[in-house]
Amino acid sequence: MSLSRTINTPEIGGGLGQESAPRLHVLDLDDFSREEIFEVLNSARGMKEVLGRDIKKVPALRGKVIVTLFYEASTRTRISFEEAGKVLSADVINMSASGSSAEKGESLLNTGLTIQAMGVDTIVIRHPHSGAAHLLAQHLDKVSIINAGDGLHAHPTQALLDLYTVQDKFENLEGLKVVIVGDVLHSRVARSDIWGFAKMGAKVVLSGPPTLMPPDLMRSSKSMVRSPFASLVEVETDLDKAIEGADVVMALRLQKERQHAGFLPSMREYIRRWQVTDTRLGLAAPSAMVMHPGPMNEGIEISNSVAHGGRSMIEEQVTNGVAVRMALLYELTIGPGQEL
Amino acid sequence: MVERKIMNREDVRRALTRVAHEILERNRGAEDLVIVGIYTRGVHLARRIAANLAEFEGIDVPVATLDVSLYRDDLRARGQSQPRVQPTDIPMGIQGKRVVLVDDVLYTGRTIRAAMDALVDFGRPEQIQLAILLDRGHRELPIRADYVGQNLPTAFEERVKVRLMETDGTDEVALILDDPVDSDEE
Repeated sequence: MSLSRTINTPEIGGGLGQESAPRLHVLDLDDFSREEIFEVLNSARGMKEVLGRDIKKVPALRGKVIVTLFYEASTRTRISFEEAGKVLSADVINMSASGSSAEKGESLLNTGLTIQAMGVDTIVIRHPHSGAAHLLAQHLDKVSIINAGDGLHAHPTQALLDLYTVQDKFENLEGLKVVIVGDVLHSRVARSDIWGFAKMGAKVVLSGPPTLMPPDLMRSSKSMVRSPFASLVEVETDLDKAIEGADVVMALRLQKERQHAGFLPSMREYIRRWQVTDTRLGLAAPSAMVMHPGPMNEGIEISNSVAHGGRSMIEEQVTNGVAVRMALLYELTIGPGQEL
Repeated sequence: MVERKIMNREDVRRALTRVAHEILERNRGAEDLVIVGIYTRGVHLARRIAANLAEFEGIDVPVATLDVSLYRDDLRARGQSQPRVQPTDIPMGIQGKRVVLVDDVLYTGRTIRAAMDALVDFGRPEQIQLAILLDRGHRELPIRADYVGQNLPTAFEERVKVRLMETDGTDEVALILDDPVDSDEE
């Protein structure tokens, strides 16, 4: 599995400097500027305040229709988008592949065109194939597309909520050491996080079994294709070394369903060498925080006590996810905010 | 672009002094008052009015901040600059309180309509009053201010720019007549 297949075409998203056209889609973070990320995080702060109210409802997106189109299992991401849309007063329609015309063999594109023809404003799509969100964005011209996870490629809203969670605690992302541990190879979260953290000036270190590191990032790699990430990250397979002085430790879910191909000698070895434990956290910076995109395999990539310990920001991540998605839904409909 | 100064630093100071006195007079003191500033410049004006009240009466009147962007009905077309969504902060609550909303310019009235919608999500105030630094006319809704720093009839194509120490490094209100480019800045 090479990253080369997931290289992006940034122009589709419609970047958003002060001068350029407003953003229409959120496909990955590679076409986000630093300023744009700041703007989303700022607006998410305002959205988070709304979530803390007794009456969690504002009329901002009244009369707008959002469809969540999920071809893969998901609870938190789908519910998070649904809540985000509903708090903003949009109408949210959930559609999953089972029980839809996808089961009758309708292509993704035709499903997209059908939804567009119904006058929907935003489609939130999750799909097992990398590039599915791009495909819709290329062919639909009247709806905004938000990528809620496509194959091994990208999960930009997760990365934005990770950035928000870190910025909320450290205020400045610049110069922080962020260690991403585990099955990076199969992780779309890791890929989007790398873009996001690198753009914000953090130092990203990947750790995990060499077999679960993207081959084109390994130092020994003779890969013909230069990964777009190669200059953004370091790889240190020894977790004890990688975690030293880290400000953020992010454990990734070990995707057990993808381990049949013999990536790991044994689960026991994985746990021994790459589980995020209290002992290992002792090597990180004293103020270090722990994150996990969920769902967790407690006792595998993260120990029970770390997952629920004082440094865990895992629940905050979930709350922040709703705020960040509100900010994106709002921005795609209304346009980006700025100081006036 | 032609710019004409309407209020200078002293004018702004006197207007806010008078508004603070009027608030005290009308409410017979500052009991149960909450001053709510609308982002961005209304927040700074609210803090100054509260400081005046503290000075005149020795009472600390709570100041809250209100973001109305999620309640607007006149959001500009996509792609034009939008005000940033900012956290509303009403720690003391407004249930049963006399709320004085504060903003810099009163124009169409739509911001104030949105502000009232936003406020009632936080409780049922006994009263909502409105304090404005500059009323420029052109109302599109039946809304009027209770306290006005200055009334200034303007032409529709003119723009009003309020500059405050906290955001712009100076206190002044200017009237701007653009060359023929559309704009509706408040």
